[in-house]
Amino acid sequence: MFVIIRRDLLIAARRKSEVLTALFFFVIVTSLFPLGIGPEPTLLKKIAPGILWVAALLATMLGLTRMFAPDHADGTLEQMALAPTPFGLLVAGKVVAHWLVSGLPLVLLAPVLGIQFGLDAGALGIMMIALLLGTPLLSLIGAIGAALTLGVRGGGVLLSLLVLPLYVPALIFGAGAVEAHLSGLDVTGHLSLLAAMLALAVFFAPWATTAALRIALE
Amino acid sequence: MNNRIIHWFKYASPQSFYPLAGKMIPWFWATAAIFGAIGLWISFFVAPTDAQQGEGYRIIFIHVPASWMSMFIYCIMAGWAGIGLALNTRLSGMMAQSLAPTGALMAFLSLWTGAFWGKPMWGAWWVWDARLTSELILFFLYIGFIALQAAIDDPRRADKAGAILALVGVVNVPIIYFSVKWWNTLHQGSTINMTKAPSMATTMLWGMLLMALCFWMYSIAVALSRVRAIILERERHTEWIKGVLN
Amino acid sequence: MHWNSVGEFFAMGGYALYVWGSFAMCVLIMTVEPLLVAKRNRDIQGSLRRERLADELEKS
Repeated sequence: MFVIIRRDLLIAARRKSEVLTALFFFVIVTSLFPLGIGPEPTLLKKIAPGILWVAALLATMLGLTRMFAPDHADGTLEQMALAPTPFGLLVAGKVVAHWLVSGLPLVLLAPVLGIQFGLDAGALGIMMIALLLGTPLLSLIGAIGAALTLGVRGGGVLLSLLVLPLYVPALIFGAGAVEAHLSGLDVTGHLSLLAAMLALAVFFAPWATTAALRIALE
Repeated sequence: MNNRIIHWFKYASPQSFYPLAGKMIPWFWATAAIFGAIGLWISFFVAPTDAQQGEGYRIIFIHVPASWMSMFIYCIMAGWAGIGLALNTRLSGMMAQSLAPTGALMAFLSLWTGAFWGKPMWGAWWVWDARLTSELILFFLYIGFIALQAAIDDPRRADKAGAILALVGVVNVPIIYFSVKWWNTLHQGSTINMTKAPSMATTMLWGMLLMALCFWMYSIAVALSRVRAIILERERHTEWIKGVLN
Repeated sequence: MHWNSVGEFFAMGGYALYVWGSFAMCVLIMTVEPLLVAKRNRDIQGSLRRERLADELEKS
């Protein structure tokens, strides 16, 4: 599995532009909202968690097609399916690599953007933890969608249609955690639920993804 | 006992199910009409005027059955899809495919009636009530399922991919509902729980129940009709099709 | 029965738009959907008949 992670990371390093584009998308989208809504600080502070989370969802969506499509195109995916190593393990590796390249940078970038919205240090910390729990969840769920739509017409948009409704709980609790902190309420509830969803996804998502990939490879 | 089991499995092939479905459909229409007639009678002439909501609450006799059906159909659809995936049967996938549009329309009806109920009661065409919001997401899940199947040309692959999506969806629906409910109670100062019906007179419950049965029979009738079309479309190159048409 | 007149029934205590708007959409869906399915059935059956005719013509 670590071989796969290394391999995918190397490929990502060579195709830096794709990765960086998604990150810049995150930055730009986040900046669009104040431009559309107005610079009023209290308002911005209030909407910041929601905006940062929605932007993170969208930025993750952009990178999802990258997970399997290139390998499918050059036949590597079929090789992986036939390999002695369990396919599920290899798929899990690809998801990890995807998160390291797409999700983790969002976690690191979010505080910087949060400052633009006037979030204080505590809120930024909670935001990072929430994203740290949430972005792997997004990668795992997104992998199922990416596998289902592999090679299908209308791929990217269809993928968004399938995956975004499934992202809603992560959005609610992820943004909710930061908002709770801002209102002085307890955050552990939100974060534990995020963690629970992540645990559930770690168990089930690779299995569903592998099944979907096998269907796509038939 | 052995004979009976074989007897049932015989209908698992599209070829034998086609005429069976044809015979069953009129019966489901008939029961739908009966339940509907009684249900509407109760909705308009037996159920009393509500103290707070006046006559406006009568929308509940459509809204609640539609919501129930939209959720019920999604579960049945996922069930058929799962069976098709596990047993590799063609007909199961066809059943799932035929249920999806009906379920989606039920979800739409639930949202529409929800809006028409909300406007006079709470002054807005849309409120982010927990149940309405979950219903909206359920509608998106239906659309996603239909879109995915439409985008895949190979019917077998479409069946299987749809099955995975439906199963993932069915697991997520309780999670989504729970999280939306939490979100709703956190954000609303006054809990606008719009589907909190007026304290139910027994007649109101009967009305809703009968309308729900009506909707259920209707859904089965339409889904069976649709699956007959799907069977013909998908089996067009087989031998038995030639004998089917008059 | 609490409607004193047909007019009262249609007025629905002032909620006419909302109540009838809802029931109308319900009726609309429950007529259009079966009609569309019936059309789908007619189309595929017609197509299959034409195919069979074409086959028979070929053979003869």
